[in-house]
Amino acid sequence: MMEWSAPVVVLGTRPFGEGDVVATVFGAEQGMCRGLARGGGSRRGAALWQRGNLVSARWVGRLAEQLGSLSAEMIHPTAALAMADGLQLAMLNAALALVEGALPEHEAHREVFADLLDLIGHLAEGPAALAEYVRWEIALLAALGYGLDLSRCAVSGSTERLFFVSPRTGRAVSLDAAGPWRERLLKLPQFLLGPAASSANDWCDGLKLSGYFLARNVFALKHKPLPQARLLLYDRVAAMASETEHTCQTP
Amino acid sequence: MGGPEIERLIALLGKLPGLGPRSARRAALKLLQNPETRMLPLAAALSEAARAVRPCRECGNLDSCDPCAICVAPGRERKLVCVIEGVGDLWALERSGVYRGLYHVLGGTLSALDGIGPEDLNLAPLMARIAAGGVTEVILALGATVDGAATAHWLTEQLRPLGVAVSRLAQGVPIGGAIDVLDDGTLATALVARRPF
Repeated sequence: MMEWSAPVVVLGTRPFGEGDVVATVFGAEQGMCRGLARGGGSRRGAALWQRGNLVSARWVGRLAEQLGSLSAEMIHPTAALAMADGLQLAMLNAALALVEGALPEHEAHREVFADLLDLIGHLAEGPAALAEYVRWEIALLAALGYGLDLSRCAVSGSTERLFFVSPRTGRAVSLDAAGPWRERLLKLPQFLLGPAASSANDWCDGLKLSGYFLARNVFALKHKPLPQARLLLYDRVAAMASETEHTCQTP
Repeated sequence: MGGPEIERLIALLGKLPGLGPRSARRAALKLLQNPETRMLPLAAALSEAARAVRPCRECGNLDSCDPCAICVAPGRERKLVCVIEGVGDLWALERSGVYRGLYHVLGGTLSALDGIGPEDLNLAPLMARIAAGGVTEVILALGATVDGAATAHWLTEQLRPLGVAVSRLAQGVPIGGAIDVLDDGTLATALVARRPF
């Protein structure tokens, strides 16, 4: 018998029969995996297996590649706490949909898991957590082998006035070097370079930047579009940017 | 065990919610042993319902008339519209007997995992009903799940420009629920949504 116990984040469930669900979870060592959660569709079980919850899970199966069965106890009711706030919920949904869509099954991604827990810890900060969310997406890209190089200008080597990113190479471009190509470059929000004030426009630019590379480098290779939840998050932030200028100081 | 007709009957009954193969066999046997009193009336009722019942084009409720009996009922408060996920939720609210407004059945919720987007929901009749005037409040009675909450927040954003008040069902301790047996999520939301007493 194969068996493991670990803290995992619930990525989603699908009904199995009337009272059970097949749960998809994400752990540090286990990566993304599935298991049959008996009673997961019942009133009590449904609260436990809500997407985003951090649970202490135990998986048992005859072989590692089998579906196996999952049981769990709650560690942190992330879903219930995020439900009251639309933006928190949108960020949580988008992050989980990206993990579910971008990572292969049974592949350990310790940094992505640690970063996801860190992001969940920041959700309660409201709009200010959007800067953390964008950083998390950039880190996800790096973990998948598509890291952006924002340290210096790809053209001049300068580390000053880095305002753009090349959509072709994913490397930063300074304002001076952008020249006539600036309209074709992606905007680089300054909060991605270090502690800096950020606004809804910056978060929007950040989502556009990471979303471009996620769509091109990760999801296009799987012949899939960006997840619906990620598109809805962008729409929400774009609406915030058009409505008002929220300013916050990143930690 | 029996002819292909019996096997087919058991297989079809076994697909119904709450019935597995064993209980489907019991139900089939009960029907077959009482064809005049149970089976033929049931067959007639199924045939009649399949022929007559259709979704209401105004609210999405299932009824044999269109618009449905609730939409045309004179005693209903027409300024209140309660948005629910499915017809089962409508029946549950009607059973409670405390709500006397109109309904709107969305036919699902936004789902990141299943790729259900806004275009897959039954929204146009709701927007048309609100745009026509007379509706002052929309009550979102969607499930306390991540998908239900995401749909409620998205719908609130869509309804805000239309100038109607939007409310949603409270979340917290169920009637008869002891605190020490409640799950962490219910307790957390109950504490967050606490009110002066």
